[in-house]
Amino acid sequence: MSYGLLFDTTKCIGCEGCMYACREQNGLPDNTEHKLSAQNYTVVKSKDDVYYRQMCMHCEDPACASACPVAALQKTEEGPVVYDANACMGCRYCMVACPFNVPKYEWGSANPVVSKCVMCYDRLKEGEIPACADACPTGATIFGKREDLLKEAHQRLEDNPDTYYQHVYGEHEAGGTSVLYLSSVPFPDLGFEMGGYYKQAFPEYTWKVMKEIPNIVAFGGIFMFGLWWIINRRMELEDEVVPMHENGKEDK
Amino acid sequence: MELAALKDRYIGKITFWKAVFFVVVAVGIYSSIVRYFFGLGASTNLSDQFPWGLWIGFDVMTGVALASGGFTLAAVVYIFNIKQFKPVIRPAILTAFLGYLLVIVGILFDLGKPWNIWHVMVMWNPHSVMFEVGWCVMLYTTVLALEFSPVVFEKFRMEKPLKIIKSATVVLVILGVILSTLHQSSLGSLFLIVPEKLHPLWYSALLPVNFFFSAVMVGFAMVIFESYLSSRAFNKRLEKPLLMELARGAVFLIMMYLILKFIDFARRDAFGYMFEPTFETLMFWLEIGLGAIVPMILLSIPKIRRNETALFWGASLVVVGVVMNRLNVAITGMQGAAGTTYYPSWMEVSITLMLVALGFAAFRMIAKHFPIFEETKPIPASHKVKIKVSAKPKKALMNTN
Repeated sequence: MSYGLLFDTTKCIGCEGCMYACREQNGLPDNTEHKLSAQNYTVVKSKDDVYYRQMCMHCEDPACASACPVAALQKTEEGPVVYDANACMGCRYCMVACPFNVPKYEWGSANPVVSKCVMCYDRLKEGEIPACADACPTGATIFGKREDLLKEAHQRLEDNPDTYYQHVYGEHEAGGTSVLYLSSVPFPDLGFEMGGYYKQAFPEYTWKVMKEIPNIVAFGGIFMFGLWWIINRRMELEDEVVPMHENGKEDK
Repeated sequence: MELAALKDRYIGKITFWKAVFFVVVAVGIYSSIVRYFFGLGASTNLSDQFPWGLWIGFDVMTGVALASGGFTLAAVVYIFNIKQFKPVIRPAILTAFLGYLLVIVGILFDLGKPWNIWHVMVMWNPHSVMFEVGWCVMLYTTVLALEFSPVVFEKFRMEKPLKIIKSATVVLVILGVILSTLHQSSLGSLFLIVPEKLHPLWYSALLPVNFFFSAVMVGFAMVIFESYLSSRAFNKRLEKPLLMELARGAVFLIMMYLILKFIDFARRDAFGYMFEPTFETLMFWLEIGLGAIVPMILLSIPKIRRNETALFWGASLVVVGVVMNRLNVAITGMQGAAGTTYYPSWMEVSITLMLVALGFAAFRMIAKHFPIFEETKPIPASHKVKIKVSAKPKKALMNTN
């Protein structure tokens, strides 16, 4: 059972209710930064008249979770990508790896943690919906099962072909994400990357190489041991005193 | 009086380099305090836009690359059985061992929660390149400690452990080569997951292969670099014929590396990026031109190889090239996508300098008190043979006896 969020720019009025609800839910301080940071897990941005949200996309196959050496980031069955601050050792590879630049860091702390939206995983477990979707007055952010949201999104595209840019962002991007977007303007105009490297899940780029490691170890070991044995054996044979010198030269 | 005696015993005459050392360490300690008590934000120029900087790019990625002389020389001497290189193997292994210890210290500076570093041993994620690098660095440092242990056993005349460890040499060397192959290449694999962020001058599916090749080639250069400095610091004879052979090997390896790069660019159809008027292009050409093409040409000239100083500078250029390559991948190539420029803070630089200084000091101290430089028996003229360090070691081997 995988849940997700569907965000629709045509319904967003830019009230920032989601931002406030998110801060309250996660105990984050009021601030005026207006960008994703250790204090803002989501932010409402605007481009001309179009308002859109930034937040963790909760990838189906997340780059951050594949990058984390201690499995502090995990994709849950319910959809959210969650983070365990106690496991984290602070290498920040998740921040480097994330194709959406979502994880942020507490740079000012001597005991820092990674911060990002976890789709209110605690609320989900108690049967509630994420705080942002709960707070949204216009239904610009709705919560539901991912497959239902996808159906809904395609329905909207079909019902109002002129209103929307004909694409559900997140259906296939980066291997599919739990957070889906509909927009009235082309996604690249909002800074959303499409196509190219985003056509597949990012962990695949690494796994192609990582999966060869057992082979490298096995073949490398056998190859080198064989090489050593052959060379060593040859030198032993050369050292042996042969009574007759076939090559006709004097022994040293 | 006693104080003066203590000073003589432990510090000795204050020379220029000693003074530099103490200043660098003092500043480094100050920066370390700021870093651990006030966090990464207070001590570094890292940010949400640019989470990795000098410490990952230099202390870790470059440090591991420059320590590759340990496994390359071990393979040459013990697997390919080219015993002539034995006189330079101990310093090479010591350099590698100290290098890896410093890499680990560097990681402890960079990690946000360094006290959790042991988590990598118990909380596994085999999909993570970082997980693999962590394990390989841990295991290979252990292997290096064991490879170095005969020096300690010899010093204290512990015959039994010496015998045991010597009987395991080949196994250790093979293990070391496998572990090194894995993590030298994996440091390149770290960036496979950021195709959209790393500049196309450096991003390639062949990153791990590139990293491995450049590590092997800089391993040879580092042995020349370190032998030259040692010969001057300890007033000992330079193993010149050996180093000249290593330089020939390095030329061959640089050529392979450049051919690989060329094929890679052709495969990706990326030659256009080489001529765009950008900062990245400039850094790329400095890396390839100054750090690979120039030393390849220089070291391929026999006259230059025969000149100690020229040999040293040629090898140094190879080192510079690999340092630039690692920094270009970790920093230069990542700036464009980050939409910000990063330059290290003075505190980041001071901690890196402190680690380098500690490395030099530790090498000096160990070399002074332990049998690092073996007495080399002069080789009779009739036994002098040409040794080829190349892809066909067997041929060379048959000549060696």
